[in-house]
Amino acid sequence: MFPNDPSAWMVMLIVLPLASATLSYVAAGIARWVSVAAAFLTTIPVLGLALRVWHSGAVSHRIGGWGAPLGIELAADGLSVLMLTLSAIVCGVGSVYGFAYFAPESDAGKKGGERFWPLWLFLWGGLNALFLSADLFNLYVTLEVVGLAAVPLVAVAGAAALTAALRYLLISLMGSLCYLLGVAIVYVHLGTLHLPTLASVADGSPATGSALALMSAGLLMKMAVFPLHFWLPPAHANAPAPVSAVLSAVVVKAGFYLLLRIWFGALTAAPAIEIAQGFGVLGAAAILWGSLNALRAQRFKMLIAYSTVAQLGYLMLVFPLTARGTGAMAAWSGALYFMLAHACAKASVFFSAGAALRAFGGDRLEQLRGTATRLPVATFAFATAAVSLIGLPPSGGFMAKWLMIQAAFASGQWWWALVIVGGGLLAAGYIFRFFSTLFAYVPEPPTITPVPALMEWSALGLAFLSILLGLAAELPIELIRIGAPYAGPLWLGG
Amino acid sequence: MIDTPTGYAALGVLLFAMGLLGLVLGRHPVRKILALNVMGTGIFLFLVAAAARDSSGGTDPVPHAMVLTGIVVAVSATALALALAGRIQQPYAETDAPVQPGEPDHVSE
Repeated sequence: MFPNDPSAWMVMLIVLPLASATLSYVAAGIARWVSVAAAFLTTIPVLGLALRVWHSGAVSHRIGGWGAPLGIELAADGLSVLMLTLSAIVCGVGSVYGFAYFAPESDAGKKGGERFWPLWLFLWGGLNALFLSADLFNLYVTLEVVGLAAVPLVAVAGAAALTAALRYLLISLMGSLCYLLGVAIVYVHLGTLHLPTLASVADGSPATGSALALMSAGLLMKMAVFPLHFWLPPAHANAPAPVSAVLSAVVVKAGFYLLLRIWFGALTAAPAIEIAQGFGVLGAAAILWGSLNALRAQRFKMLIAYSTVAQLGYLMLVFPLTARGTGAMAAWSGALYFMLAHACAKASVFFSAGAALRAFGGDRLEQLRGTATRLPVATFAFATAAVSLIGLPPSGGFMAKWLMIQAAFASGQWWWALVIVGGGLLAAGYIFRFFSTLFAYVPEPPTITPVPALMEWSALGLAFLSILLGLAAELPIELIRIGAPYAGPLWLGG
Repeated sequence: MIDTPTGYAALGVLLFAMGLLGLVLGRHPVRKILALNVMGTGIFLFLVAAAARDSSGGTDPVPHAMVLTGIVVAVSATALALALAGRIQQPYAETDAPVQPGEPDHVSE
């Protein structure tokens, strides 16, 4: 069965986090250790599946031996492996970070330590199941698992986070129900829920169009795309640091992953070019609105949360950039690589913010003066990850934006290149605003609560990874291309 | 003349729309949670009506399975939402002060 059978890897990816979640709920005393062990063990099936997909292309597995249309299938191609790797990196390093953050001696550990670990592992298991499912209704179930696990994770912080968590839950449920109605219409009209089968039977009828509109509206709510983004900044800013990291890095990307699966995989017959441009306009508005609010932010974590709103706008640009055919492969690879680079950088920045919050007791701008003298590792991690967020070479963020700019010029839509570059400038603006405070000279360095070294160093590790993604981009991008809806050259021009 | 399943399906979509309106316009959290349940019920009605339109004259069990799963999800989500809403109202229960959801000034770990 091992190691050549991809089914074993796929099933393990779902079962391992869920089993560990149950174990850490039952044996709360060793929950920290169980979770870190599960984090390390989960890297094995991720690597195994990635190697298998690399060598033999997309794979699938029938649960219980029952195939479509009645059975549920798991499938993995380049995009799935990318998302699984992304969540493994962020949740794995996040488990190590949470090990220190929720240590039983600390305040956070006493208040929420026991409740955190089972929810964290359920969230990870739900994410893995989402990225592996090839059935529209199963995707709805996994979406709900992810949402219902993420909301209590936000609420673990207590007090101010409760209101943000309730708002997040209500929006999440509204999005899920819109998606579910779309799924119902698809089943009634087309007779199947299996994604590959849908690709062959989809038509351009109004029923399919309305289903597509409903599903997209629901997923846009879950993705916090402008103007449905209002729930994100309070939820991500008030949640505990590891939760903010995984929410910004992975959970919002799950909505985008589903959008890609539906628009480019299942119902490709339906979309029109005007809608693609409309999505691009939403993305540009998100970049602008998020960046402007980040420039005005008074709190470190609120700044990072608005930065997430802005960076999610770049993802929406994949729709107009692939609409005209030429440069579509570069746009597809750029958007996917952006997800990976942004996940590492954003998680690193949230980890640094959590360290600063732990040290200073608050994260307002004026409280953070002179952080560089007190928390050099965390500040260096923030600065390094910021290179990728702004999109400066040689980071992963630069590579992704470069691919998308190439696609913009190749398809003759030069205005999107302006949007991407302008977004980078705005990002530099709001990041450097905090830099000047962090590196300010303070005659008497403030006294701080000691921060566990594990927290700072895990932030630094992720920041280095986001730079490494820019230096060693060939391999991941080749992996992304497996099973992509476009063929053709990646690098355009000479 | 519309046949019965189509009528019920239209009713389901109408319920969904009414629930959506109630969710967006409602002020109190419990009202919003009830609106979400109405939305869910509308979708379930649509699915059950769809199951009745099988070509061979029987009923299609797949939408029934979807409705059952959906009910379970709706119950869990409603329980979570009510628990959260109750927790938020709790500190204000004695003082009777209105809960102001807004951007908090400070953050607790």
